[in-house]
Amino acid sequence: MSTEQAILTTADGTPLKISLQRAMRRSRLKALGLVAPLFVFILVSFLLPIGDMLLRGVENHIVAEELPRTIPLLSEWQPDSATIPSEAVFKALVLDFQQGAKNKTINRLGSRLNYEVAGISSLFRKTARKSRTLTSDPYQEAMIKIDKQWGSIETWKLLKTFSSRYTPGYYLAGADLKLNIDGEIQRQPEELRVYMKLFWRTLRLSAIITLLTLVLGYPIAYLMASLPTRTSNLLMIMVLLPFWTSLLVRTTAWIALLQQEGIINDFLVVIGLLNDGGRLPLIHNATGTIVAMTHILLPFMVLPLFSVMKTISPTYVRAAKSLGATPFQALIKVYMPNTIPGMGAGGILVFILAIGYYITPELVGGISGTFISNRIAYHISSSLNWGLAAALGAFLLLIVLALYALYDKLVGIDNMKLG
Amino acid sequence: MAGLPPYASTPERIWYYLFRFLCGLIFFFLIFPIVVVIPLSFNAVPFFTFTQEMITLDPAGYSLKWYEDFFTNLNWQGAVRNSVIIGIFSTLIATFLGTLAALGLSRPHIPFRTTLMGILISPMIVPLIISAAGMFFFYSRINLQGTHIGVILAHAALGTPFVVITVTATLVGFDQNLIRASASLGATPTRTFFKIIVPLILPGVIAGGLFAFVTSFDEVVVILFVGSFEQRTIPWQMFSGIREHISPTILAVATILVFISTLLLTAVELLRRRNERLRGIRLT
Repeated sequence: MSTEQAILTTADGTPLKISLQRAMRRSRLKALGLVAPLFVFILVSFLLPIGDMLLRGVENHIVAEELPRTIPLLSEWQPDSATIPSEAVFKALVLDFQQGAKNKTINRLGSRLNYEVAGISSLFRKTARKSRTLTSDPYQEAMIKIDKQWGSIETWKLLKTFSSRYTPGYYLAGADLKLNIDGEIQRQPEELRVYMKLFWRTLRLSAIITLLTLVLGYPIAYLMASLPTRTSNLLMIMVLLPFWTSLLVRTTAWIALLQQEGIINDFLVVIGLLNDGGRLPLIHNATGTIVAMTHILLPFMVLPLFSVMKTISPTYVRAAKSLGATPFQALIKVYMPNTIPGMGAGGILVFILAIGYYITPELVGGISGTFISNRIAYHISSSLNWGLAAALGAFLLLIVLALYALYDKLVGIDNMKLG
Repeated sequence: MAGLPPYASTPERIWYYLFRFLCGLIFFFLIFPIVVVIPLSFNAVPFFTFTQEMITLDPAGYSLKWYEDFFTNLNWQGAVRNSVIIGIFSTLIATFLGTLAALGLSRPHIPFRTTLMGILISPMIVPLIISAAGMFFFYSRINLQGTHIGVILAHAALGTPFVVITVTATLVGFDQNLIRASASLGATPTRTFFKIIVPLILPGVIAGGLFAFVTSFDEVVVILFVGSFEQRTIPWQMFSGIREHISPTILAVATILVFISTLLLTAVELLRRRNERLRGIRLT
């Protein structure tokens, strides 16, 4: 091999390798430049809010903000010493309370700590009201006179434990755990363990819905895949029309069909299967959620199944039959294994969509048919426990992302088809 | 399954017809709830049920008053206006940004393609309630909660993945030689873009835009949190209507929406066929 290998150059004398690299880099930068505007847009309008929400689940500014004088002093206090904090801490507490009452923000403190110890907010409301007139020491005595809970170490432990600016409290609460006032993790009392149950119910109902869409979707996808294109296109319209119809329209339709005075109950009464008093409770329970969501998500199962079945050559089944398989054996042993990619794609897609559903369970689910999403919405707009809403949202997001990773592995997100 | 062979045995015949009957039932399940809304919206009484007069086809049982209510009620008219404004602006943003990004993603040599794609289509993956919660918290901080701009930005973010996916799909198998040919014939990059690339990707862009518009037009969850009464859209108004006082006006709106979605479905199907024809894929 010659060591004097001539270096290829371009017209202006730069080595070809470098020139090529330069061109590639330019092309890369151009491509990235085209993607950049959308990337920035998604980052600011979408990913930042999601990140903000995840952070909100650990934020705990209220206690430190409302008690700016007390909390620094409290850091020197040792809960193990079995004595309540000194006069100086009490003085700081009274000043903080007076400041908070003047700013009309002090009630935040009570509601924040009430998430940790139910019922404690009344102590804070009472103290805020009565401490306004305190102007001279001894503050310690005066405060304990207002409420003897201020003389208890437990109250001070609570303040100290939840005074840090960040807390795992909401995430723990979302997993039915809690920090006790000593800062140890323990399980919620039996009657307050609701979120794990709710997660399980969400997963269970979603699994039932997925299974039902598979059972209903498989035959019609099979029929459409085996019919000539002209006929199957007509049938496809019947799948795509619901797919394109507003979610609320379909939910409304199911309310009209399923309610006590609805079309199905009326029909059953007219044909004499039910008497007027025995109308079936089909809505505002888990049945309503399952029926309506199976209908709403069925197209998401049929479309991937159909696209997979369309590629299976009919000769496979014919070959199986000519080798002596009964039609049933040919279906189970030859046809069905070939459709597993479609079943997997449709199944995961339906399941992912189902566990995040909010509108339909909210309108037809009543109490027994609601999902974790409904609870998140409740904490955002009714109970205003935003930290807990954020933590529950983070758990739901985690489940969905894990499932998508699975979907990506099986199908590839790039292969997602629309309509 | 295409037709029954003449030598089919009796069980095979029975199974064949039974299977078709079962499929018929499933199709009935799919389509019936949507069709049933239409006659109910002409109900003369304020219930979601068929009255005796309706079943006997007595004209007195039917009325157009719920449509009249929809077209005259200020709440609904405001909702229509908002839906159109928010839909159009969010679609424009989504289509513009999405098309650019798809062009970038389809270029050869783009680094981190999978990661970028994953991030760009994330609004479609994340459950709506989580997007809604995140946007609600964040947009409240920067005073965009309860403004038209906030809702438009939120809907644009939700719509972009559809544009990215459809336009990328149109660009699959795009012949890069066309660009080189155009350049070698003396066209500037701008001219190449408008004369060569745009006509080829236009069906994808329009289909993506339609998807983005439908997403915004049909979206309930995010608008419930990011918007307020001032930004109420048709789905917002329907949702609060179903929760508070159920009136058949909702069914009239539903009927109109079914009609619109049928039109859109036809439009997308026609675009798809045109796209396949342009790319030389023959429909069998």
